[in-house]
Amino acid sequence: MDKQATIQRLIEAVSKKKVSVAPDESLFDSGLLDSFALPDLVAALEQEYSIRIPDSDLNPRKFDTIERIEAYLDSLS
Amino acid sequence: MAFLREFGMWLPSRVVTNAEIGEKVGTDNDWIRNVSGIEERRFAAADETVAVMATRAAEDCLSRSDVSPDQIGMVIVASGSSERRFPGPATTAAQALGCKNAVALDLPLASAGALFGLSLASRLAEKFGHILVIGSEKMSSVVLTEPMERGVAVLFGDGAGACLVSADKGLARIVDSWLGSDGSYAEDLRLEFDRPLAMNGRSVILQASRKIPSAIQYVLDQAGVLAQTVQVYLMHQANQNLIDRVAQAIGVSSERFYSNIRRYGNTSSASMLIAATEWSREVGFATGEPVVFAAFGAGFNWGALLVEGE
Repeated sequence: MDKQATIQRLIEAVSKKKVSVAPDESLFDSGLLDSFALPDLVAALEQEYSIRIPDSDLNPRKFDTIERIEAYLDSLS
Repeated sequence: MAFLREFGMWLPSRVVTNAEIGEKVGTDNDWIRNVSGIEERRFAAADETVAVMATRAAEDCLSRSDVSPDQIGMVIVASGSSERRFPGPATTAAQALGCKNAVALDLPLASAGALFGLSLASRLAEKFGHILVIGSEKMSSVVLTEPMERGVAVLFGDGAGACLVSADKGLARIVDSWLGSDGSYAEDLRLEFDRPLAMNGRSVILQASRKIPSAIQYVLDQAGVLAQTVQVYLMHQANQNLIDRVAQAIGVSSERFYSNIRRYGNTSSASMLIAATEWSREVGFATGEPVVFAAFGAGFNWGALLVEGE
């Protein structure tokens, strides 16, 4: 499964909604993520990829779109 | 060594329902309850200032203790909603209480102020003797400032909590505390004079959901205490959804976290001591049982404090 598909699956799991946004579309503006789903998504990403995202990287903008999340994860590797 | 000797609280009599505040900002009870767990809050009257509420909470605290006002060596008042730049409410409250031998110290810290006050008092009690730590907030004066914002206006309430910290004895011994600050988030939660409160809710919740559990885990690990053995967690009542996530992060049931946010909303630096007062009167400390206090607020400032029942 490619990374965007995995991210989409995790977003659907934490938001309990079907993801129907483009990879560059805001997850917040679309209503998929809110303030409380965001920490859940971060925790899900950490578990999925066996990583620990440092608090200093926890900027909501980094997680605003599927593309940004993918870019952030790529920057870690 | 320092002890939590007694607690006290004071809340305005005026109850503001979700329907009333929701009407002002175009939302309803269901939305407010879903995003916060809040059903009502208290709003103070015009003459019920931060200092007045602080005084009443401290009077409640002292009236239940065997310590008189003239035995108090220090009065600490934490508030992020003081009515003026200076002097802060601490000297006014100390004067009104009759604490004529006390040094008065203001902590202008929103939300985490009472926790910082307790931590400071635990280190100063040997020198100053009895220390009153008070959190007092008049958040209604903040949230009712135009333009009102839905995501902010519905969250906050007014009130005050107090704790008497003593060097000789008390209900619980302070074991340890840990405090953190990170100014890189200073703009994410701020209140300028005569401006509405500005909050980047996503950043606040994201950081709080990580930093509070880390602080709690640190003080527990330092003392070799398992999270599951803590009698109760007395956390800043910011939002029920945040409380639930912190509980989940440290691996305990949400029921282990005392919550009164449904009735009072977020009373910022007053909330943790109001919660502690209610819990101590409803349940109370048990000998040898650990209890954890925790808070997170503007700055960002956050931390945790571990005590053990006497």
